[in-house]
Amino acid sequence: MTFQGWLLIAAFVGILLAFTKPVGLWLFALYEGRRTPLHAVLDPIERGFYRLSGIDPNEEQNWRRYAVHMLIFNAALLLLTYAVLRLQALLPLNPQGLPAVGEHLSFNTAVSFTTNTNWQSYSGESTLSTLSQMLGLAIHNFLSAATGIALAFAFFRGFARRNAGTIGNFWADITRVTLYLLLPACIVYALFLIASGVPQTLAGSVDLTTLEGAKQTLALGPVASQEAIKTLGTNGGGFFNANSAHPFENPTAITNLVQMLSIFAIGFGLTWTFGKAVGNPRQGWAILAAMTTIFLIGVGITYWQEAAGNPVLHQLGAMGGNMEGKEVRFGIAASALFSVVTTAASCGAVNAMHDSFTALGGLIPLFNIQLGEVVVGGVGAGIYGFLLFAILAVFVAGLMVGRTPEYVGKKIEAREVKLAVLAIAVLPLIILGFTAIASITDAGLAGPLNKGPHGFSEILYAFTSGVGNNGSAFAGLTANTPFYNGLLGVAMWIGRFFIIIPMLAIAGSLAAKKYTPETAGSFPTTGPLWTGLLIGIVAVVGGLTFLPSLALGPIADHLAMIHGQLF
Amino acid sequence: MTKHLLSSLRPALVMTLLFALLLGIGYPLALTGMGQLLFPAQANGSLVERDGKPIGSTVIGQAFTSERYFNSRPSAAGKGYDGLASSGSNLGPTSQALADRVAADIAKFKAASPDRPVPSDLVTASASGLDPDISPEAAFYQVDRVAKARGIDRARVQALVTDSVRHPLLGFIGEPRVNLFDLNRRLDGLSAKPAA
Repeated sequence: MTFQGWLLIAAFVGILLAFTKPVGLWLFALYEGRRTPLHAVLDPIERGFYRLSGIDPNEEQNWRRYAVHMLIFNAALLLLTYAVLRLQALLPLNPQGLPAVGEHLSFNTAVSFTTNTNWQSYSGESTLSTLSQMLGLAIHNFLSAATGIALAFAFFRGFARRNAGTIGNFWADITRVTLYLLLPACIVYALFLIASGVPQTLAGSVDLTTLEGAKQTLALGPVASQEAIKTLGTNGGGFFNANSAHPFENPTAITNLVQMLSIFAIGFGLTWTFGKAVGNPRQGWAILAAMTTIFLIGVGITYWQEAAGNPVLHQLGAMGGNMEGKEVRFGIAASALFSVVTTAASCGAVNAMHDSFTALGGLIPLFNIQLGEVVVGGVGAGIYGFLLFAILAVFVAGLMVGRTPEYVGKKIEAREVKLAVLAIAVLPLIILGFTAIASITDAGLAGPLNKGPHGFSEILYAFTSGVGNNGSAFAGLTANTPFYNGLLGVAMWIGRFFIIIPMLAIAGSLAAKKYTPETAGSFPTTGPLWTGLLIGIVAVVGGLTFLPSLALGPIADHLAMIHGQLF
Repeated sequence: MTKHLLSSLRPALVMTLLFALLLGIGYPLALTGMGQLLFPAQANGSLVERDGKPIGSTVIGQAFTSERYFNSRPSAAGKGYDGLASSGSNLGPTSQALADRVAADIAKFKAASPDRPVPSDLVTASASGLDPDISPEAAFYQVDRVAKARGIDRARVQALVTDSVRHPLLGFIGEPRVNLFDLNRRLDGLSAKPAA
């Protein structure tokens, strides 16, 4: 570890904290449906969208209606992408003349992008046409992110409203978030990326002759436009197979820093928006403090392990930290930081190959996703996931002092706690269940590239990433098979929507409650005690479930590594 | 429930269509237009041409395996530096295949270069398989071999490497590195001149 490395990490967190309130304020304006300076230009588009689709943006929806409209919209988007991929060979903008994408791969990819997972079972440069990347995938990067933020808004309204039957209008929420936040931010961001060396062209590839006289063909395309929303919307699906490690996606250390910042920017801002929505920004800061603490512990462990390097390679005479699967322009610190950022948020973009990390360095990304990606988390999904843990935390605190738990002015009762547990239990159930299936079937065991405990880690990481809607991988796993495409497709769908439905039910139930003012007997949910309790609940409930599986994978791998046992 | 479903169909279908046009077509095309207009070199891949033909991109690595060039890192992209198949090796820390590959590469370097520990980036595969850089240590490590193969004074090659090192912004954003396409092109220029 170096001083410069820690300086980068400190600067990263410092910049984010400085932007938390401004971003949170902007999001709050969208949450409230207020006018922004951008309305002068974009308001006609917003109103046009509503008129053509017959939507009254002021019509309030109860939680069931909100959920149904969200689901139908996501189903329509899923079908659009499936159709675009299956018909790829017949559609325009296919400069490389690529054939149609297969059935199970199309299913997997369509689910993957609809659920904000962006698991890449395909290899972008050799499978997808320019049109498929644009119309089939990039559109989801916007709308799955907008859906996540809309759902967070709906959940906030559950806490903020009193004696209310409704939680907002789904169409107004996604349209506003897309038009007044994601789209304009991405235009500026993408221009910066182009200026830094990220291609943006309709040409498919270019042939060249290298200095040594060999032929090299470079895949090109509209990369920058996709790259911008890929990180800002915590999507993570890269234009190329190597994702943000590819020099065309992430050419410099500066683009790398900006990509990391953009992954966290909205997630940080939403904690402030939540505090403001419930009338006390300190509620938001308390949540952010818990998230940042867990995040920094993870960064410390991964950076330490990667900088220490692989003793097996040291023995052979290669000095220094672990550079297998890392790019020289990023080095150890920025690669370790990126890996923790992308898995703390449900992004899944990678600038280094997690599969080749040291055993414990790679454990942290895996563990981050297993916690439920509530450490900052995906845009929207992170904060509503974390609030589910907050509900559990006040419940536990209430049990200890023998009072009905309250949170931000709402009594938390049996219905909310049951629904929160239901949502949280989905994650371990599906991850561990599906990993077990893959570990005992021939089709599942055909997947891993590496042998020994690391092979098990590859399977465990795949289902963790799928259910957690992350999309990063221990990429040695051969996942483009009917078995993995199918099972992971189901896992991603469950991981997204089986958490959302109970969460919206809680929002509906909370909105209907009256306000319970804080009294001397209330458990304060702003101080360090509360932050500590939150961290404890996330670690115990989210983490302990997975400890046996981690012992079989990364921990066994680590013990083998330090004893020089190879597989 | 049925009522909800029906009432949501029109907005779902029309909004899908409208957003597809705006985000799937309009947004990338508008940016392509702006990018081609404002930053045409970068938008088309930062290509470098010689006699009107592209010989490389300043941001993408290419395979350098000859002893006359500073060698690039091992690559898992296709058969090596395949611009259509970016990939890391994905070999884990306890992989026998990884240890064998690293041992073979170390033996190759040690045969031609000084008997010092090899900088780890020189014998490890990058994440993309298209890494354009190596560390300054990995470049200095190869100076003797390159100077000997080209019959150039060692000090001139050493000075060229020193001059080619790119430093991190503000000292901490990024890592010190050497772009091989840049260094090796300058090396060709060096040999073209008569030895001093």
